[in-house]
Amino acid sequence: MINTITKRSAALFAGASALCFGTAALADGHGLDLSGETVEWIIPFSETGGSARWANFYAPLLSEALPGNPTVVVTFMPGAGSTTGANHFQGLEYEDGTTIFGSSGSTQFPYLLNDPRVRYEYGDWNVVLASGTGGVVYLPADLATAMENGGIDALMDENFIYGSQGATRLDLVPLLAWEMLGLDVEPVFGIEGRGDGRLMFERGEANIDYQTSSSYLSGVAPLVEAGTAVPWFSFGALDADGNIVRDPTFPDMPSFAEVCEAAPACETSGPAWDAWEAFFVAGFPAQKMVFLPAGAPQEAIDTYTQAFAAITERADFEEISVARLGIYPQLTGDAAQTALESATVVPEEASDFVINWLGERYGVVLQ
Amino acid sequence: MDLFADALPALSDAFGMILQFQVLGFLILGVVMGLCIGVFPGLGGIAGLSLLLPFMFGMEPLLGLALMVGMVAVVPTSDTFASVLMGIPGSSASQATVLDGFPLAKKGQAARALSAAFASSLFGGVLGATFLTFFILAARPIVLLFQTPELLMVTIFGLSMVGILAGRVAIKGIVAAGLGLLIGTIGEGSSAGALRMSTFDTPYLMDGFKLVIVGLAIFAIPEIIALLRQDKAISDRQVLGGGWMTGIKDWWSNIWLSVRCSLIGVAVGVIPGLGGSVVDWIAYGHTVQTAKDRSQFGKGDIRGVIGPESSNNAKEGGGLVPTLLFGIPGSGSMAIFISGVALLGTGQIEVGPSMINNNLNFTYAIVWLLALANVVGTIICIIASGGIARLTNIRFALLAPFLFMIIAFAAFQSRQSIWDLVALFGIGILGIMMRRFDWSRPAFLIGFVLASPAERYTNQAFQIARSRFRRGFDEGLDYIFSPIVIVLIVITVLSIYVGLKQAKNIQAEGDVNSGGKRAPLVFLLAITAYIGLAYWNAAAIPDYAQMDRVFPVFVATVSLIGCAVLLVQMRLQPETTPLFADREVEDRDVNTYGLWPTMGWFAALLIGTALFGFILSLAGFLFCFIRYRAGKSVGFAAIYTAVGIAFICAMAASLNRDFPPGLLQSFFDLPWPLT
Repeated sequence: MINTITKRSAALFAGASALCFGTAALADGHGLDLSGETVEWIIPFSETGGSARWANFYAPLLSEALPGNPTVVVTFMPGAGSTTGANHFQGLEYEDGTTIFGSSGSTQFPYLLNDPRVRYEYGDWNVVLASGTGGVVYLPADLATAMENGGIDALMDENFIYGSQGATRLDLVPLLAWEMLGLDVEPVFGIEGRGDGRLMFERGEANIDYQTSSSYLSGVAPLVEAGTAVPWFSFGALDADGNIVRDPTFPDMPSFAEVCEAAPACETSGPAWDAWEAFFVAGFPAQKMVFLPAGAPQEAIDTYTQAFAAITERADFEEISVARLGIYPQLTGDAAQTALESATVVPEEASDFVINWLGERYGVVLQ
Repeated sequence: MDLFADALPALSDAFGMILQFQVLGFLILGVVMGLCIGVFPGLGGIAGLSLLLPFMFGMEPLLGLALMVGMVAVVPTSDTFASVLMGIPGSSASQATVLDGFPLAKKGQAARALSAAFASSLFGGVLGATFLTFFILAARPIVLLFQTPELLMVTIFGLSMVGILAGRVAIKGIVAAGLGLLIGTIGEGSSAGALRMSTFDTPYLMDGFKLVIVGLAIFAIPEIIALLRQDKAISDRQVLGGGWMTGIKDWWSNIWLSVRCSLIGVAVGVIPGLGGSVVDWIAYGHTVQTAKDRSQFGKGDIRGVIGPESSNNAKEGGGLVPTLLFGIPGSGSMAIFISGVALLGTGQIEVGPSMINNNLNFTYAIVWLLALANVVGTIICIIASGGIARLTNIRFALLAPFLFMIIAFAAFQSRQSIWDLVALFGIGILGIMMRRFDWSRPAFLIGFVLASPAERYTNQAFQIARSRFRRGFDEGLDYIFSPIVIVLIVITVLSIYVGLKQAKNIQAEGDVNSGGKRAPLVFLLAITAYIGLAYWNAAAIPDYAQMDRVFPVFVATVSLIGCAVLLVQMRLQPETTPLFADREVEDRDVNTYGLWPTMGWFAALLIGTALFGFILSLAGFLFCFIRYRAGKSVGFAAIYTAVGIAFICAMAASLNRDFPPGLLQSFFDLPWPLT
């Protein structure tokens, strides 16, 4: 605590002297020097979610990697499924490189679906890191056994219950996948986090569920070991050419593409598949991104890019990250830019298809 | 899990682990920090843990745990200071303590109330930890028994506490609870995302109001304003010397009450999803229901302090069960605790289903640390209580600006928006009026807290039950009427019966005389108008989002019927009945200042903040208030202002927070803290 106070007062002092001497810190032209500064990392969710875990993992490493070792604090600004925080960040202009923003799939989807609450524009921001993740669908043991014996047809008569956070959130990806497979899944909305969804599954009220990779590893893997849950498929991952392949974190699980091909009701082409693929690509392989605000100069972008690159190139990075992030690409530089583009642009047919489907199936009106 | 083969060795392992000089040092550090944070109203475990989080990365796991557990464990201990001394709930866990603790302080028995509270807290905390030691091995299947219908019944049981706290006119209490429920539904519906009493252009309302703000507005603001208008100290009597021994004796003679309330605290804490915010109310309700002589509740009955305080520390022990076993946080502070644990060491401690198997020794270390932190925290608090109790003898005009500064700062932590302050002020006016016309504020708050779980569980249970009935009638019935649900229904019915029979005796707001007919009628009409508006607004939700419509429409309908009955009664009954209670008439002789001039000071702070930012307008407010309202010299006012500003800046700096900016800041870039 004392440490923070002194750093904050140092920041005050630095701020005061900067007023007198102009922007001395930027004068050397080699990038930012953030000595004595406090970097505020805005996370548009509460302290409980996956984004909090992700930011809390990176924050201390970022502090080490940035020139001048600034204090990095994570600020949580939850609200309206992350649109509150994103709108706030949109209103900020670049000042001194001490404000960054962490977005997630739940920030991307409303943007892609033209949600009226969205007042932000990804094109204005500057991406410096893109972190991927995956997702795994799992079933209770009895249904998994039934499917093993009777194939996917054995699931067609089942009334599935799924604890969902909302059809316009990341849950859109599994819901659409199940619909394509021909399953009758009724989402029970109002779940406060995927952890609550898992609890509902454990209580036997929900009988199908999905978790993102890190939560699967920590929360569901023990259930699989105990024999109460059985993994069905992972959504997959993108290879270098943009094809959906098996998720390297779960090489033994089929990808959704494989399951879909095998299922009579499902096709890996056509408008439904294209829409699913587009939203999967938007939601998972570049799920969480770090941005500098609009108007950031190149040197600031470079400084942060180098810092994040230095983190992901650490010798012990795999060791410290595998349990918390899983084995997924942590992209910086051009790769991050490419990931951003594929995550924030979906073909119009895909978004039209999804908007239409949301309206017909769940009565969601995005106006 | 074999008790003897695994649990006992792990238990003694854990004991050895924590009995190290360094671990104990960090525990005490955590406890002291937790006490300091908890003393301030509105700031609790969430603020404290956020402060620690940046230091957790890579920290030796045991030391980090000692720091975090030490902090979480004692917040419900030290928040009692504000509840008892100022009548301001120190955190959501000690709202019910205000009801009897504050009247005791007014009588000059603050030290007695405090030490009884601390003894209860200690006992509850240790009992919670002990319980956890044994229960944690068997807890998993029991927690899983609580499906959605069970959770809904627990919520309804919580709502039944309105019965006992409704006040002299039961229907007024029910309408107050209905109003709380309706205000709790403001914002995006959890089922279909329909907007209630808000639009896309009012993003602040879309997320609904936060408990911190509503709790402070409903309890703290009316109390501060009322004390200010009387312009004297909280207690006009000298603090009783050695009162703290009396308090401990009080606790001892009510030991069984303390046991029962601790168990209630553990039980409610264990059930994930309900959160701890109602524990103290349930414990208070239980205390009243099981008491023989109920005449003193609400006026300073020591049992009204012992009950809630036993439960709120025990709750922390219970709350660790879902946190450690399922990775499901039972409260906001537990959520941060989970992310803190993940940062420790090399991340080897994974809270969740694998915790007991892989890290049983750490699990028990947490339990032991919890118990130890409670002991250390209580001892520190009891030592400090005699001195701090003297605050009640200070002229209130000197305390009020400082309190208001803290409350405004705490409220602003909710969403970091100037609207936080507007909401605090606006709901504060509602609180003042409810206090004036004797509408039960506890009933309102219970309604508000339980609005979201009540609606969510109703919708979810309905949906899942429908699917079960589709599979088979028996399966549906089994799902809804499980043994636990039936037991809870019986308890709830009993609780309502006892509650309604006794409600007339329990006056959460104390005695209030009746005055003229006009003012109470106007307030009732205003409430009716809001409920009508909420009804109209909810009824307009289209069919595809009907899940978000049913609950507010139902609550509003019941409340409107209540309002109609009240209106008829007001028409028929004479103005001397409790129906027309009006505190303005009652307090006419003791009030030196009018309501609106006093409110004006705070309105000025709010408007000043909107124009010049918080710090600048706070400086002006503090100086002017002390100089003109309190009538002190310019020098005194200047020193007071400087100390106040320095204090709030130090607090914000250590929490890494900014202050609300105003119009000025959108034109000029000012250095922190003026930003």
